[in-house]
Amino acid sequence: MELCEYTAHELSKKLRKKEVSAKEVLDSVFRRIEKVEGKVHAYISLMRETAYEQANEADLRLSKGESTELTGIPIALKDICCTKGFPTTCGSRILERFIPPYDATVIEKLRAAGAIFVGKANMDEFAMGSSTETSYFGITANPWNLERIPGGSSGGSAAAVAAHECIGAIGSDTGGSIRQPAALCGVVGLKPTYGRVSRFGLIAFASSLDQIGPITKDVEDCAIFMNHLAGYDPRESTSVPEPVPDYRDFLNREIKGWTVGVPKEYFIEGIDPEVEEIVRRAISTLEGVGARIEEISLPHTPFCVATYYIIAPAEASSNLARYDGVKYGYRSPDGRDLLEMYRKTRAQGFGDEVKRRIIIGTYVLSAGYYEAYYKKASQVRALIRRDFDLAFEKCDVILTPTTPTAAFKLGEKREDPIQMYLSDIFTISANLAGIPGIAVPGGFTKEGLPVGIQFLGNHFQEGKLLQIAHAFEREARIEKRRPDL
Amino acid sequence: MKITKNEVLYVAHLARLELTDEEVDRFTLQLNDILLYMEKLNSVDTSEIEPMSHAITLNNAFREDVVLPSISPELALANAPEAQGDFFRVPKVIE
Repeated sequence: MELCEYTAHELSKKLRKKEVSAKEVLDSVFRRIEKVEGKVHAYISLMRETAYEQANEADLRLSKGESTELTGIPIALKDICCTKGFPTTCGSRILERFIPPYDATVIEKLRAAGAIFVGKANMDEFAMGSSTETSYFGITANPWNLERIPGGSSGGSAAAVAAHECIGAIGSDTGGSIRQPAALCGVVGLKPTYGRVSRFGLIAFASSLDQIGPITKDVEDCAIFMNHLAGYDPRESTSVPEPVPDYRDFLNREIKGWTVGVPKEYFIEGIDPEVEEIVRRAISTLEGVGARIEEISLPHTPFCVATYYIIAPAEASSNLARYDGVKYGYRSPDGRDLLEMYRKTRAQGFGDEVKRRIIIGTYVLSAGYYEAYYKKASQVRALIRRDFDLAFEKCDVILTPTTPTAAFKLGEKREDPIQMYLSDIFTISANLAGIPGIAVPGGFTKEGLPVGIQFLGNHFQEGKLLQIAHAFEREARIEKRRPDL
Repeated sequence: MKITKNEVLYVAHLARLELTDEEVDRFTLQLNDILLYMEKLNSVDTSEIEPMSHAITLNNAFREDVVLPSISPELALANAPEAQGDFFRVPKVIE
């Protein structure tokens, strides 16, 4: 087994025992990248030079015994996180040459922990998409089947982890963009509670929904990453000053006596029978370790997609107004006056899906339509949140499929926005309600594509999610497979 | 039709987005489908419901009014498509 195939917690032990050096681990990751990146295309850019500098520093720290569990661990960063002095594109032409003057808070924290940055991972343009096909920098393939999408928008991050082109990765999730690609690539992905992880330096898509989180090879790694990412940040006004537990404490614990809610509304519309079977099997596994399964109702589930695709574009149209060719980013050379410069810069700088969402968002916020669309959606959002509040009075966590189907084919939904939007049907509700959710591998379809189980918890209950996800991972003993690349 | 070509053009103007004729045709059709899908929400009774704008209830995030280090003018201008002295340069606004 190559070093790049290990988990972060396994490598961390080897690094601390001096069995391997950070440089050797990084060598292994870059060898893997040389071998498979041509097929997968998980990265927009590689940070080879600074990565080796970080590896030297990590080895020095390790030799002095000043390491953390992430010291010397090579990770991929979704190209939506600002990295000081290194291009950050958000998958868009409009930011092709943007070099941030500062680090995102999560980047600062990971640097301080001694993690090594391998590169910036591919993503849907401005995180708008569910397949990573809207990136200006080309598509990413699913490592399990190169003709399939890796999911999105954090498709590059999830594919890089699944293909062992890094040990773990950072993603962001506005409507499922961590959990959906993690599920479709057979890895673990956690979207924390809104406000749990600082969004400072995260390029904004929909500010009331965006959250940063980890994509990892197993649940233990996910807990380790959360220990380093979570926490209050005075630079981010929606960051919540809630104490951060040691997420590792939730591992290896029993879930006997827990009530696991299974919402009936998640087992109707267009769910693939193979996915349903895998989810039913997961339910039996949990019953086998003493969890009590209770059917629950989240009655406003059928309205989540419509609500989301009003609120998210509305916020996006406002956030993306800043790309005007003045302060940073692309400027069209064709504008003869200021107005024409704006219009051409944005026409040439943004791709199709981003333009579509800017238009929807501007429309639903415009005079005459605001009440009918934006206000209505904000009211339904309150009802969606109330559904969860009521459900969590009765159950510890909620179990659902992560996606209705396994990874679909590249190009299959590219020209059909609604079909693409519906692929987020099970993940969107968590963002609207602000609650945390985790996707863990549940098994494979007959075709060999991974399927994910999703657990949802109440606000700030990431620990509970890690506890049940870890219990499930231990008990389910999903066959260890490796993508054939 | 929920939305006409002229409305798409008007909204694109508000958003400072130039569209080609082909884009106007395509987006008009796609936006119609999307807005029809949104109609689902009309079946939900929200007469007594306060709109929700944030997932977590937070009070104002106050802090002490102290000066902290910030980026230099050089760094702030480093990404500008066109700069002159300490200023961003833009095409002519007034004749």
